[in-house]
Amino acid sequence: MSGTLAALAERFTGLLGADSVITDPARLRTYECDGLTYHKATPGLVVLPGSAAQIAAIVRACAAEGVPYVARGSGTGLSGGALPRTDGVLIVTSKMRRIIEIDAPNQRAVVEPGVINLDVSKAAKPYGYYYAPDPSSQQICSIGGNVAENSGGAHCLKYGFTVNHVLGLEIVTPDGEIVQINAGDAGYDLLGAFVGSEGTLGIATKVTVRLTRLPETVQTLLAAFDSIGAAGAAVSAIIGAGVVPAAIEMMDALAIEAAEAAVHCEYPEGAGAVLVVELDGPVAEVDHQFAEVERLCQAAGAFEIRIAADDVERALIWKGRKSAFAAVGRISPDYIVQDGVIPRTALPVVLARIDELSRDSGIRVANVFHAGDGNLHPLVLYDDGEPGAGERAEEVSGKILDLCIEHGGSITGEHGVGVDKSRYMARMFTEADLDTMQMVRCAFDPAGLCNPGKVFPTPRLCGEVPGRRSGVHPLVEAGKADLF
Amino acid sequence: MTPLAALEKAAPVRPGGAADAVDGVVPSWVAAPASVADTAEVMRIAAEHGLSVVPRGAGTRLRWGLPPASCDLLVDTGGLDKVIEHAAGDLVVTVEAGLTMDGLAEVLAAQGQRLALDVPLAGSTVGGTLATGAWGPLRLRYGTARDLLIGVTIVRADGGLAKAGGKVVKNVAGYDLGKLFTGSYGTLGLIVEAAFRLHPLPAARSYVTCEVADFARAQTVVQEVLGSSVVPSAIELDAPGVGAGGPITVTVLIEGVAAGVGARAELVAALLGAGARADAEQPGWWGRYPDGPTLLEVTAPPAALADIFAPASPALAALGAVGAGVRGSAGSGHWYVGVPADAPAEQAAELVTRLRAAAAGHGGSLVVRVAAPDLRDQVDPWGPVPSLPLMRRVKDQFDPGHRLAPGRFVGGI
Repeated sequence: MSGTLAALAERFTGLLGADSVITDPARLRTYECDGLTYHKATPGLVVLPGSAAQIAAIVRACAAEGVPYVARGSGTGLSGGALPRTDGVLIVTSKMRRIIEIDAPNQRAVVEPGVINLDVSKAAKPYGYYYAPDPSSQQICSIGGNVAENSGGAHCLKYGFTVNHVLGLEIVTPDGEIVQINAGDAGYDLLGAFVGSEGTLGIATKVTVRLTRLPETVQTLLAAFDSIGAAGAAVSAIIGAGVVPAAIEMMDALAIEAAEAAVHCEYPEGAGAVLVVELDGPVAEVDHQFAEVERLCQAAGAFEIRIAADDVERALIWKGRKSAFAAVGRISPDYIVQDGVIPRTALPVVLARIDELSRDSGIRVANVFHAGDGNLHPLVLYDDGEPGAGERAEEVSGKILDLCIEHGGSITGEHGVGVDKSRYMARMFTEADLDTMQMVRCAFDPAGLCNPGKVFPTPRLCGEVPGRRSGVHPLVEAGKADLF
Repeated sequence: MTPLAALEKAAPVRPGGAADAVDGVVPSWVAAPASVADTAEVMRIAAEHGLSVVPRGAGTRLRWGLPPASCDLLVDTGGLDKVIEHAAGDLVVTVEAGLTMDGLAEVLAAQGQRLALDVPLAGSTVGGTLATGAWGPLRLRYGTARDLLIGVTIVRADGGLAKAGGKVVKNVAGYDLGKLFTGSYGTLGLIVEAAFRLHPLPAARSYVTCEVADFARAQTVVQEVLGSSVVPSAIELDAPGVGAGGPITVTVLIEGVAAGVGARAELVAALLGAGARADAEQPGWWGRYPDGPTLLEVTAPPAALADIFAPASPALAALGAVGAGVRGSAGSGHWYVGVPADAPAEQAAELVTRLRAAAAGHGGSLVVRVAAPDLRDQVDPWGPVPSLPLMRRVKDQFDPGHRLAPGRFVGGI
């Protein structure tokens, strides 16, 4: 540990107490990665603050010393957004787990950033409400992490993403000040810019979320098709009919095989693809539309349709889908979870191209995706024990992103750019686009200490930081930029 | 080369006249570029010559905010009126910013789709709607422009073109500049293209209306509907001329399949109580701003409705002969107050102070969107903004010369 970090550790121990400051190398390694284990870095120092005031003090101390810091919630991110800095401080919010208020008349809740996503819905349920964004990791991921990543989930097709459900934030800015940014404020929509900025503009310390009324009814069906093409045609027909389902999820044969091996979900045998379609809302609306969805699936060639009669059967239908990522571990020793987006209508052609990529490279690809909004999650399977397989898998994974860009889509729909995809940003955006985005970064964090090295391939130099520069610019020192 | 000679190479330019005045400030020149590239060139030349620039769409909200401190060049976006792509199967549309909202709606309706954003002022453009963050009744269910905008292209202060987002609904790559530019009044750059997520046009609509005695009762029925599972698209309150003793009405919009809307409307009618009626046509006031030369926008949680407006009723009633009007999205907690022309400025200023304090007590705010000339120097239109220092830093980054719509925004930005 450097002298600077040792001094900070001592200072933070005085501030937080010894049990909230981690310096032991073995314990530090617990935090070396988030949900994307491919990238690892042991943090220089870990702190577990309990309040916004403590986080502000930590950030001020880091700023004064020019030490980089990274915020982390539950560490479930899939793009390395919470990858620590070996020369920096990791600020973990897991002690900040209070649900401060459930305000049913105003359809909102106020929570601390470490609160688990699903716990918000549990707390709101007695009032007839829930928190709509539902990332697959919702049993463990934190609201603060959701805010950083603008997390989505299977049901965001109808309900939108985290950014559509956050009404206000208390943040600690990179200056170490505690500031409120609310949806109703006059002036710039700083809230909209902050949500999804992947922890690079500051740290959320209190979150006001919108609560959504529990739907009167939820209806779910599973439809099995011979081919991905037929299932895709059903999706187009449903959307074309003006139905906005709560979710439409698709899995291909390989993904079904994996789910079967892992959780015995007993999806229809011989299916080339299955669709899970869920509708929710008022009974009078849903009954009518559900019948139409069923009819459209049949017309598109579904050879079996199962309708969940109750919550237990619904859970069974979802079980296969929700376990799909982890399940591929049953059919492949190693795999990459990719996250890309294409316009929904490009689905057939892109899936055919992925199939080609797979055949040409000999790398198997299982497809699981949010079909309603064109968000693909190809699972690229390989065996690290086989020489060169990892590199080939990485290449296939990258080419899938190129396909997404080629078809006017995005390199990430919900996992974020993080450290993993910053190198792809220049394929999707021009230098001017990235430069302009980073003007926001320069406004919030001119010194570049707040989660540096994430999102952008090349940091922008922000010019002189009045009264806050000492010695060499940290980005220059880190070898990431030159001053001209 | 003079600025005029340089500008003329990029776009048709003419001297500004009284009809071009932006809230009383007559621009020296008006440029009307015909393409995004030409717009960028105009902005580059403006930067080179240090010209102050104000963008204008249809000019329906030029009196919103404050007058610009200076306006050398008005950029008229009327030439940027193309639909770039309507991907109906993807429920996405990409358009140029000068297209009118009505023109866009027509194109979308032909495919049974809509942008679920109200158009309170006829003729307004996509760019102007975004720049002012305009909204209407549908915000309860669909959110506002920032929630429906999925991609944006802007011309920076230096004339560079930049985009953020894209043309897919689900996309978290990079910062969301679209949200930052929405409601920024032209102070950060010029919006030239926008991509939106669309929704299917509902097959049927029903407007269920009841009259209530006062704001307290209005809040009660609004809460009844919010707490139900009928999923309304809008819950609006209309209290025109509070002083004239006119009725307060609450109208709930139900949209969906024809087979379901009738049953849901009946449920709503039962919640609203005796005398509630359902109608297929919208009330005449629906989605329009209340009358009067001064327009206030009050934001607060929906259950603060009675707390904010009931104690202020006498003050609202005392404004001019018929009193002020209150209208807005009672379901989401956003209301407009229209102050009549015959209200004395001192009284109107007192009302601003009073409602602002009441809203602040609930964590809300009040913004004076349009102020009658004699009210201008008596009120701060924006009120306190806790994150103003950060906003100034954002402005400094995007427009270091402070040339874009100078002085029109919060804190003199």
